[in-house]
Amino acid sequence: MAKIPPPLWLLAEVTHSCPLQCPYCSNPLDLVPKKDELDTEGWLKVLHQARKMGAAQLGFSGGEPLVRKDLEVLIAEARKLGYYSNLITSGVGMDAARVEKFRELGLDHIQVSFQADDATLNDYLAGTNAFQHKLEMARAVKASGYPMVLCFVIHRQNTDRVAQMLDLAAELQADYVELATTQFEGWALANRDHLLPSLDQVREAERIAHACQETYKGKMKIYYVVPDYYEKRPKACVAGWGRVFLAVAPDGLVLPCHSARSLPNLELHNVRDHDLEWIWYESKAFNYFRGEDWMKEPCRTCDEREKDFGGCHCQAFKLTGDPTNADPTCAKSPHHHLIEQAIDTTRLNPSNSKPLLFRKRQNNTNLS
Amino acid sequence: MSVDFKAVPRLATGYRFQWEEAQQNHVLLYPEGMVQLSDTAAAVLSLCDGKRTVEAIVAELEEDYETEGLDEDVTQFLTEAEAQGWVKYG
Ligand code: SF4
Ligand code: SF4
Repeated sequence: MAKIPPPLWLLAEVTHSCPLQCPYCSNPLDLVPKKDELDTEGWLKVLHQARKMGAAQLGFSGGEPLVRKDLEVLIAEARKLGYYSNLITSGVGMDAARVEKFRELGLDHIQVSFQADDATLNDYLAGTNAFQHKLEMARAVKASGYPMVLCFVIHRQNTDRVAQMLDLAAELQADYVELATTQFEGWALANRDHLLPSLDQVREAERIAHACQETYKGKMKIYYVVPDYYEKRPKACVAGWGRVFLAVAPDGLVLPCHSARSLPNLELHNVRDHDLEWIWYESKAFNYFRGEDWMKEPCRTCDEREKDFGGCHCQAFKLTGDPTNADPTCAKSPHHHLIEQAIDTTRLNPSNSKPLLFRKRQNNTNLS
Repeated sequence: MSVDFKAVPRLATGYRFQWEEAQQNHVLLYPEGMVQLSDTAAAVLSLCDGKRTVEAIVAELEEDYETEGLDEDVTQFLTEAEAQGWVKYG
């Protein structure tokens, strides 16, 4: 096989603690307990090792990274090492002074996520009153000289409000807006019947997003990607397994993709036991889906396999039982009917399916 | 879009230009992305410091490379860079 490229992108999931309870969260149901989290030294070691290998983009995420009291230490070190660092946050756990501190320490940008464009729906989905604070934080970010990057996670319960979300973003003078489709992993998968939008909703959201891209051209950059369930081809999972991306979970487990924990027979390693370089280049887990030897038909002979690398392996596993199958969101997959059934929302009757499950530690036992 | 030779280009807010040892390349980093830059692009961007005019950038590069007539290369790149949102004026 060709030479393995170095990682460029490190996602540091510094904690699974979060004051919000979004039912669309893609974190695993078995959240890492606080006591098992890497300590400051552990995270500094991760930052050093990944940077030495070549990682340049760094995301602090979670959970809610602001929960970590040592975030300032990590940010300062990241800047010193030459990372371009991004804080992915709900905004809950900071104030204008903390934003300013991050700025001084060299954090490059802050992405504030919203659940919706209005307080009622936002706070219902977040499971707590956070909307007003988020507005303030979005403004504080910009006032500190950062580009304002907003993210709305969209699903059936808020997709019809994409126009209002973009109005709000424009009013706040956002520089970038991401309309991020719910990834059906973890909590989101458990809540899929409540969250999958209808095809009409998806098409309408797409139409509005494209129209607004024109309207706000040069002022506000809007990203919208049609969810994979509604496309005929899968997304290239993390730009290809073990090619550019690497995530470290709160407990130090190193993941080729942030859902990789859910895959069977994949022996993942911890930074407490091995260095990142060995894990990236040598470990079985990172080599598992590198190259094409693992592929079966239809991927093996498909002329698009360089484009999407067979799609998402976790999705293939969750929906077909075998992670080496083609991602069933692909129309060429013999399992594609599973997706067609799932998006036929007329069949859904959320009122008699399981109630919406909010993300909190005590709720993960309700599932079994 | 045409380039004014008296204008003063600078990197847009949120963009960082740096040398990447592991890639042996200059790159431009921005929210969620990174581009590897050609040598020419890197040479121009390294001078987009919010102080030099386009005219001064051309003159400096012509001196560095001991050549003439780089104005077209520079303006072409700056036009592209502005369209990409990498560079702003003033
Ligand atoms: S068959 Fe496999 S490689 Fe081809 S497009 Fe579908 S998922 Fe991608
Ligand atoms: S394939 Fe799996 S590992 Fe990759 S992005 Fe999807 S969920 Fe993650």
